[in-house]
Amino acid sequence: MFSDTYILLYFVAIPLLMLAGVALCRNIRQIRTVAVIGSTALIALSVVVLLRYLNLRSGGDMSPMLFVNSWTWFEPLHINLAIGVDGISIAMLLLSSIILFTGSFASWTIEQPKEFFLWLILLSTGVFGFFISVDMFTMFMFYEVALIPMYLLIGVWGSGRKNYSAMKLTLMLMGGSAFLMLGLIGIYYHSAPAGSPLTWNILEIASYNAIPQNWQYFLFPMTFVGFGVLGAMFPFHTWSPDGHASAPTAVSMLHAGVLMKLGGYGCFRVAIYLMPFAAKELAWIFLILTGISVVYGAFCACVKTDLKYINAYSSVSHCGLVLFAILMLNTTAMTGAIMQMLSHGLMTALFFALIGMIYGRTHTREITQMGGMMQILPYLSVCYVIAGMASLGLPGLSGFVAEMTIFVGSFKAGMADYLAGAGSLRLVFTIIACCSIVITAVYILRVVGKLLLGPVQDEHHRQLTDATWWERTATATLILCVAAIGCFPDFFNNLINTTFSPAIFAVLGM
Amino acid sequence: MEITAIYYLVPALIMFCCGVYGFITRKNMIAMLISLELMLNAVDINFVVFNRFFYPEQMEGMFFTLFAIAIAAAETALAIAIIINIFRAAKNIDVRSLNEMKF
Amino acid sequence: MDIIIPILILAIPLFMFIFLGLCGMKMSYKLAGTLGTLGMGTVLVLSYLTAFTYFFSGAPEFINAAGERLQYLVFDQTWLAFTEKLVIKLGFLLDPISAMMLVVITTISFMVHLYSMGYMRDHHGVYERGFQRFYAFLSLFTFSMLGLVVAPNIFQMYIFWELVGASSYLLIGFYYTKPSAVSASKKAFIVTRFADLGFLIGILTLSYYTGTFNFTELTSIPVEGMTNVFQVSGNTAEGVRSIFANSAAPVFMGGSVLTWALVLIFMGGMGKSAMMPLHIWLPDAMEGPTPVSALIHAATMVVAGVYLVARLFPLYLMEETSLVIITVVGALTALYAAMVACVQIDIKRVLAFSTISQIAFMMVSLGVARPEFHHGLGYMASMFHLFTHAMFKALLFLGAGALIHAVGSNDYTAMHGLRKHMPITHITFLIGCLAIAGIIPFAGFFSKDEILSSCNEYSWVAYLWMSLVAGMTAFYMFRLYYLIFWWKEHKVHEGHHAPHDQAWTMTLPLVLLAAISCVAGFIPFGNFVTWNGHAYDFMAHFNWSVATVSLVVALVGIGLATVMYRKENELPAKFRRALPTLWTWCYKRFYWDELYIFITHKIIFNCISRPLAWFDRHIIDGTMDAFATLTNKASEAIKPLQSGQIQMYVWYYLIGALAIGAIAVACLI
Repeated sequence: MFSDTYILLYFVAIPLLMLAGVALCRNIRQIRTVAVIGSTALIALSVVVLLRYLNLRSGGDMSPMLFVNSWTWFEPLHINLAIGVDGISIAMLLLSSIILFTGSFASWTIEQPKEFFLWLILLSTGVFGFFISVDMFTMFMFYEVALIPMYLLIGVWGSGRKNYSAMKLTLMLMGGSAFLMLGLIGIYYHSAPAGSPLTWNILEIASYNAIPQNWQYFLFPMTFVGFGVLGAMFPFHTWSPDGHASAPTAVSMLHAGVLMKLGGYGCFRVAIYLMPFAAKELAWIFLILTGISVVYGAFCACVKTDLKYINAYSSVSHCGLVLFAILMLNTTAMTGAIMQMLSHGLMTALFFALIGMIYGRTHTREITQMGGMMQILPYLSVCYVIAGMASLGLPGLSGFVAEMTIFVGSFKAGMADYLAGAGSLRLVFTIIACCSIVITAVYILRVVGKLLLGPVQDEHHRQLTDATWWERTATATLILCVAAIGCFPDFFNNLINTTFSPAIFAVLGM
Repeated sequence: MEITAIYYLVPALIMFCCGVYGFITRKNMIAMLISLELMLNAVDINFVVFNRFFYPEQMEGMFFTLFAIAIAAAETALAIAIIINIFRAAKNIDVRSLNEMKF
Repeated sequence: MDIIIPILILAIPLFMFIFLGLCGMKMSYKLAGTLGTLGMGTVLVLSYLTAFTYFFSGAPEFINAAGERLQYLVFDQTWLAFTEKLVIKLGFLLDPISAMMLVVITTISFMVHLYSMGYMRDHHGVYERGFQRFYAFLSLFTFSMLGLVVAPNIFQMYIFWELVGASSYLLIGFYYTKPSAVSASKKAFIVTRFADLGFLIGILTLSYYTGTFNFTELTSIPVEGMTNVFQVSGNTAEGVRSIFANSAAPVFMGGSVLTWALVLIFMGGMGKSAMMPLHIWLPDAMEGPTPVSALIHAATMVVAGVYLVARLFPLYLMEETSLVIITVVGALTALYAAMVACVQIDIKRVLAFSTISQIAFMMVSLGVARPEFHHGLGYMASMFHLFTHAMFKALLFLGAGALIHAVGSNDYTAMHGLRKHMPITHITFLIGCLAIAGIIPFAGFFSKDEILSSCNEYSWVAYLWMSLVAGMTAFYMFRLYYLIFWWKEHKVHEGHHAPHDQAWTMTLPLVLLAAISCVAGFIPFGNFVTWNGHAYDFMAHFNWSVATVSLVVALVGIGLATVMYRKENELPAKFRRALPTLWTWCYKRFYWDELYIFITHKIIFNCISRPLAWFDRHIIDGTMDAFATLTNKASEAIKPLQSGQIQMYVWYYLIGALAIGAIAVACLI
């Protein structure tokens, strides 16, 4: 049953079964049961795949992707349902399933649960499908499947200016998709050398390496910007603060935790993996943009007073670091980028979960109207401090490892450029990005100081009750994962590292 | 004097133009319907004329006209039913005031 | 050397942190405190054992046949491999300074654990809220600090460097309902974080060129025939220097790249060790509970910067410029802090500035140390002073804590004349003051004298400068002493108990530390800690003229303080009126805090963050919204075409049809 051929398909099959299950449910208890069982099954599946994968790798299987399989879907256009995973996808699958699991707990008492969970699970179907695909067409299809439910989830279950935010988020991401589709179709038409049939399969395209250089100049920006919009790259990031601010808790978690990773993953998997030449030539433009993202997001977060806005801007900063590191085009920095995706996914989900829980109690997200939460909600506050510490890069939690790997890698790239007389752009931007650790500390501690510490601001808050068991489950799971990455980084490092096989990046001289 | 096709086509054209003029200018829906019928009948005449004068060995034009007459009758019935219903709803069959369904 | 003991030294505090942090709230206060103290006691014993084994066992991995002390790598576990070569490891390096630091940290930490059992409760014996949390944080701090000093590579040091910063943040903000404590903790974290930015870039530069983080590869060579044993060697550092010198771009903005790297690393040390201009967090950090100030902000964490420079000392020796920078920063800080300490009112502030000044002494001492001056006397003196200072400064802080606990205020005006009420505190505090002032035979005399000798070898300017600061030290410490214990009779208000000596848990650490402060000076430190492991005969190089001068300077300082403050009189007020500007500037700490507030609030918040946020909302987001608005406008503009007037549609149709017809005809013709 769990043969290597089909094992990946369960990642799509389980959410579809959950969809059917939720559709049949009659009350909220059944829906919760289905959601929890389903997401637990997904976590288990990810772990099984992870162990299998490690087993195969240690057995000496060094092919770029494992569990590869393909089924023809539409022959005339060479569209296949092609699947396969490597260390990066497995890390992302694990992340997605954990966040779906905790997200289910975080939306324990949501209104209209049936519809909510239907859309939420449909969204995660798209996410899982995206991460297992190696066919650009199905990848794009799953990408869209993941984006569209967001509109309804925010528009119906959101708060504040939810219609505006939902519309803005969807339209901006759709705009990105338009670029992306252009890029993907362009890649398809140049996917194979003359004489061979065209293909959508990433592995085949990478092995042909046939995209002409002048086309790469056009297609690389298209795909990078297309995915970059979802990764909150500098001028295209404004959907993120508004979208997150209006989204319900679980949606913020899934969106910041997983969907924004689709952007980084896509940038790496499609833009850089398939078009290394243009990546090298055009990296400087995007380095500047992402480098700006990193400090810009952090500075903006320093003056916001809405918790979700602060966190959304911090996401802009942290996700900017992901794209920034990917563009450094060396193994260490790219490994760091993937670790940052994992780390940011977990800790930002934790943040949004906590913000949702606090908002659910106080009905405000303005830090000026709250204070002294540590006395009232000790459990949630301690979790918030831990999340904050992870975010500002305390050793032992995930943020530190990811950031350090990125900085070491980027500094290496920067110095190599500098010493070779190839300009100091990378070096300068690395140092600018390093500055973000200070600014991050400023805004995290500002929030911690205003929200959690100090005297109680509003006497009505004294009646609030601390976390319930389902909230504890959600937060404790995330904290454990954050600490696991922070304490045992080499495991994840090795998992991710093997992907950057020399054959693929020989072009870059990595 | 030989009766050629032009003797039929000119009255049909005049009839059609009257229909168009009536359709555009009349505000009463019944009058517009009548204008519509005028245009339809002008076209029917054309069909018959073209068949008779240019393809005398065939009958398609005749048949088409017969169908058109039958369908026009049905369509008129339908249109009058709609107009009556509109009148019931709006107490009015002035086409200028019936623009609720725009956009 | 058994591997179990070093592992336990690190594991016990970590376990205590997790255990007390998770289960502490379910325990009674007393149990949590006792468990924490017992755990710390175990670590104390194990550390003493380790240090004793290292210094006295004479095993070949610790000392070679020539009597030179070696570095022994007890274990080294890969933690994160960036590349094949560049690997972060977590390990345990045993060498003279780390063994000495183990002793210092565990001693002070144990004293503080014990002391806090008494301090963290009020006069009725009721424990403070969060008592268990306090012990958990103390354990976290101890773990981090121990991890820092035993680090065999610079990245492990950075990791634990950040962790001590975080535990310091948590402990300064222990009274988290007090806004001043919250902002002090925030300030401490952010200022040190800023310094760590320099540290990080320094590490990155150093590791990029050398391809390693390991101290054993940067400063020492492996000893032949033994695994995991290394000896400090100037040749290795010389090799590192030549790597930099032979690289493609050896010079950057007027300094060699190695100098830049070393200065940036020193910047990290400046932050942690509160050197000017990054000192501003330390006085505010006194908002934390006093035992915390004694442990973190006097004895252990703040000397981490000194320790860092000492650790990389062979590299610093390679670049004269970096040592000069260290000396200058240290000398300026020493004088500045001493001047400020002379006029402060809050006793913990005085002690804080005195700490800054004394750490600056250690920095200067490292900065003037050269192998050619008495085999690197300055290095030894610096470490010696670190050791003795930890003891007597912890003593002074714990004594101050006892006073504050008894009186209920940090302000000495509430104290005055306490000598009869609190005899044990009085005597121990006096010993602390004598030690820091440098009176023979107390500990501070010896270590400070070594520092001054070393300055004397380097340059007479440094010698005079530091002697002046030493005199000021004696003055402000005795000013403090007289104002607390003499000045005038202590008035006991109606309904209040007279202040009295505290419980044994608080007095015992005072007595023990006082005893150490009395005898620590006689430790032949040169036999144990020198920069390259060569034993250094202390007495053979003892400079009696310098010793006499420094003693005289200290006595002058004490004498001046006695004249001015022993009895209530008008002299201090006269001085104040005579030099009003100087007094105000000192009292206001030369307006450094105001400057920082100006930079952070006015410039960073108001001139960068707010405009950026505005730019984001109005320009970037405005552009995106403008696209949407444009689309809306366009559709509004063409909407009237769809008027709902059927006859209009017919018109459009007719016109269109006729136009097409006309075009078709025109084309045909």
